[in-house]
Amino acid sequence: MLDLTPKEIKERKAITINPSKTCQPVGAMYAALGVHNCMPHSHGSQGCCSYHRTVLARHFKEPARATSSAFSEGACVFGGGSNIKTAVKNIFDIYDPEIIAVHTTCLSETIGDDLKGFIDAIDIPEGKYVLHANTPSYVGSHITGFANMVAGFINGLSKTTGKKNGKMCVIPGFVNPGDMREVKRLLKLMGVDFTMLPDTTGVLDAPMTGKYEMYPKGGTKIQDIIELGDCEKTLALGSFASEAGASALEKLYKVPYTALKMPIGIGATDELIMELSKFSKQEVPYEIEEERGQLVDIMIDSHQYYDGKKVALYGDPDVLVALSKFLLELGMIPKYVITGTPSSAFDKQMKALFEEFGVEGCIAKQDSDLFELHQLIKNEPVDLLMGGTHGKYIARAEDIPLVRIGFPVLDRYVHPYMPTVGYRGAMRLLELMLGALMDRQDRDVKDEDFELVM
Amino acid sequence: MSKVDSVLDKYSAKVYKNRKKHVIELENQVDEIDANRRTIPGMMNHRGCCYAGCKGVVLGPLKDIVLLTHGPIGCGYYSWGTRRNKAIPQKGDGNFIQYCFTTNLGESDIVFGGEKKLRAAIDEIVDIFHPKAIFICATCPVGLIGDDLPAVATEVKQKYGIECISFPCEGYKGVSQSAGHHIANNKLIKSVIGTKEYTPTAHSVNILGEYNIGGDAWEMERILKRIGYEVISVMTGDGSIDDIRRAHTAELNLVQCHRSINYIAEMMKIQYGTAWIKADFIGVDCTVKTLRDMAAFFNDPELTARTEAVIAEELEDIKEEMEYYRSKLTGKKACLFVGGSRSHHYQMLLKDFGIETLLAGYEFAHRDDYEGREVIPSIIPDADLKNIEVLEVEKIEGKYKEYRPQSEIDELHKEVVNLEDYPGMMPDMKKGSVIIDDFNHYETEEFLKMLKPDIFFSGIKDKFVIQKEGILSRQLHSYDYSGPYAGFKGAVNFGRDVTMGLYTPAWGFTVAPWKTESILEGTLLEATNGGEV
Repeated sequence: MLDLTPKEIKERKAITINPSKTCQPVGAMYAALGVHNCMPHSHGSQGCCSYHRTVLARHFKEPARATSSAFSEGACVFGGGSNIKTAVKNIFDIYDPEIIAVHTTCLSETIGDDLKGFIDAIDIPEGKYVLHANTPSYVGSHITGFANMVAGFINGLSKTTGKKNGKMCVIPGFVNPGDMREVKRLLKLMGVDFTMLPDTTGVLDAPMTGKYEMYPKGGTKIQDIIELGDCEKTLALGSFASEAGASALEKLYKVPYTALKMPIGIGATDELIMELSKFSKQEVPYEIEEERGQLVDIMIDSHQYYDGKKVALYGDPDVLVALSKFLLELGMIPKYVITGTPSSAFDKQMKALFEEFGVEGCIAKQDSDLFELHQLIKNEPVDLLMGGTHGKYIARAEDIPLVRIGFPVLDRYVHPYMPTVGYRGAMRLLELMLGALMDRQDRDVKDEDFELVM
Repeated sequence: MSKVDSVLDKYSAKVYKNRKKHVIELENQVDEIDANRRTIPGMMNHRGCCYAGCKGVVLGPLKDIVLLTHGPIGCGYYSWGTRRNKAIPQKGDGNFIQYCFTTNLGESDIVFGGEKKLRAAIDEIVDIFHPKAIFICATCPVGLIGDDLPAVATEVKQKYGIECISFPCEGYKGVSQSAGHHIANNKLIKSVIGTKEYTPTAHSVNILGEYNIGGDAWEMERILKRIGYEVISVMTGDGSIDDIRRAHTAELNLVQCHRSINYIAEMMKIQYGTAWIKADFIGVDCTVKTLRDMAAFFNDPELTARTEAVIAEELEDIKEEMEYYRSKLTGKKACLFVGGSRSHHYQMLLKDFGIETLLAGYEFAHRDDYEGREVIPSIIPDADLKNIEVLEVEKIEGKYKEYRPQSEIDELHKEVVNLEDYPGMMPDMKKGSVIIDDFNHYETEEFLKMLKPDIFFSGIKDKFVIQKEGILSRQLHSYDYSGPYAGFKGAVNFGRDVTMGLYTPAWGFTVAPWKTESILEGTLLEATNGGEV
């Protein structure tokens, strides 16, 4: 497995090998699926749209609807104006969404299509909406695309009546519906009235009923997005994926925002609960305190199996920063932390985290890839790998247990339903990590050292 | 109103006029269908692009070369490990299939051009991997910003003395994956096939248009080797560039996927005199027929006897299992929506199990795949296809050799209809069947409701749509991570997977008990107010 990867690390400036990111539009498509009755639309050639729908279907094991402008070579010369005009008519005629959320690809961005101009010129049926976000694939990553589309919804829909509605706008970041469900549960327990944007619960974890629904029950309602301008404040979970939307709302309607780490682990969840408590001016209910105490209890009970273990992490910056913090809280070592998303802020946040916990010799790198991660591991091995499915090749090559977390996880079931955020998500993560480490101990020890009770 | 009209009727006049030519109810043995046309925007169809057809399909399975995607990150990422073209490295070679190579273009590369980064990327690849060849695949923006890939490829050849070929497979070219097949075929015939000499040691064949999904090619090779054939190359499943270089030394080309590789089959015939046959190793009866067609071509009594002996043994081996699965599947009804060849091939395998096909559709096949090759002269290419190069090739003296002269082939064609010919999907379908070209989501849903099949074979984008509706969907691109489905052993695997899917107990839990049975129990209270409510 990966036999051609040498141990010797040579500096690379041009070639990316086994990336740890993908391109913007899929993030935008995911965000748009989190809006009720919305059709994500890809303004480019149709291959992008098919690839993006496919990776979402493979991760969630659910349908992922989206349409395309289906550029031909002619459209590249003359622009995609007539393509999107035709598309919008057909989409409303045939699929009848309430809103079409358009994103772009490297094709339409390179030729410089003026989407706003195109959309303004389209005759949109009464009560229907078409909005857009520019998502050039040659900038940032799928996380950037998610952030841009969330901002696109706010820029395109949100209004203000001038009267505050007492609600909090919550942008959950590029996470699974299981995570969004958990954040919503905490918001409700904390007595916070909120709108979550986007919200893929009930969309990409929809039940089997024997009847296919193109627009499932879930998703943020358009009316709620319109009313975001009247919110008291915005909570952006994960600055990389969520701050763009929060900042758009601040710019438009002076809704102040706080950007928190994604609430993975104990400290980041504490910060979330404190923030919610400040907002609702309510005591933290016992139910939440009990969960927190259970988590700490488990951490203490099982520490001997994870303490000091070295972990290599890869994936998206918000998850990596928060997960690294959780590992440090456990007394584990996030030895290598690799993201493909280019961002100097990531390097800074990770450096601050290493300093806060006083660990040395850990390497965090933005704009890197899994080839480099593998080479680092070949030079100094780790005990555990954490990230999406693409890391399974390294796990096999180097015989390291793998805990799947993040996007995409293409080779396992159930995971999108289960949280990694909040105290409960932390318990689940700890169970997955302990399971991987302890299974490995059971597999590797001599017969005479094989333990019944652990 | 016909089945087709009742579905298309909801379209606007403009869309109706277009789709009407692509969706037909079969009235004769062969009816004209429109195909290989521009996609209508906004229809939610299932097509991919030219890059997917070139890099993802034809070149992707090559295991011993570096396949470099020149573009932003997505295209390389999505075509990394997602198509199940299995490969085992040859002795001394590495397996590049586990890797994704991309120039990961950024904004400044789009503005100032990507050639500089491409050159640097190739220098780094050579420094780290020393590959025997580098193939560069273009993506959408590369064509727009004007990067000169052939010039870079020439430079690399001179600088490092290794094969370097660029493929102008920008996603917007043509109307589907199909254009990418053609582009890949052109470059393989121009620069790879025929560049290495070899002398076969037995009756020899190439398997063309076989990508070893789930190990299909290995099952085909297993059978062929048992009979005594030498397989010179497989294009391109588990493929090696060195094997393809000597492909011209084979006596017969077996064309499994007509759509993606017929260009090479035709050009090899002209250049090297290699005859071809439309083979089909999907389905027991089809596999047997293909093996007999091959024996007829070689006309060697010993080979013919060995062919029959192997067929008899193989059939005996799978008899019991095939009978069991047939007993579970006979009478079921199916629909098939696949890319450019499987919608036909798998109907034949379904017949082996007594499953009837109600509907079949392709994403990107051409009219000849539906109606047979005899319609080719009447196909008029439209503006969207005019920029896909059509190569004019000539006989190569010294390398040209015919195993059987053309007069004998023409004579044999009367018996062996698949010899240098493909009659298409339609002749194998019943009258009244629905055939859909470039199917979309709406049509899928409507025909699903109308025809109520037991099973709908398709791909990942509609698998979960279909299953949410309570109907089994098995993927015929990825085989749902199973396989092989080709050949004799593959047929058994297929029967097992379909049976398992139809009979899994979970289908029985779709409706919650409280939806059909009341759980509210109450007693009628006697009125205490004199009967007034």
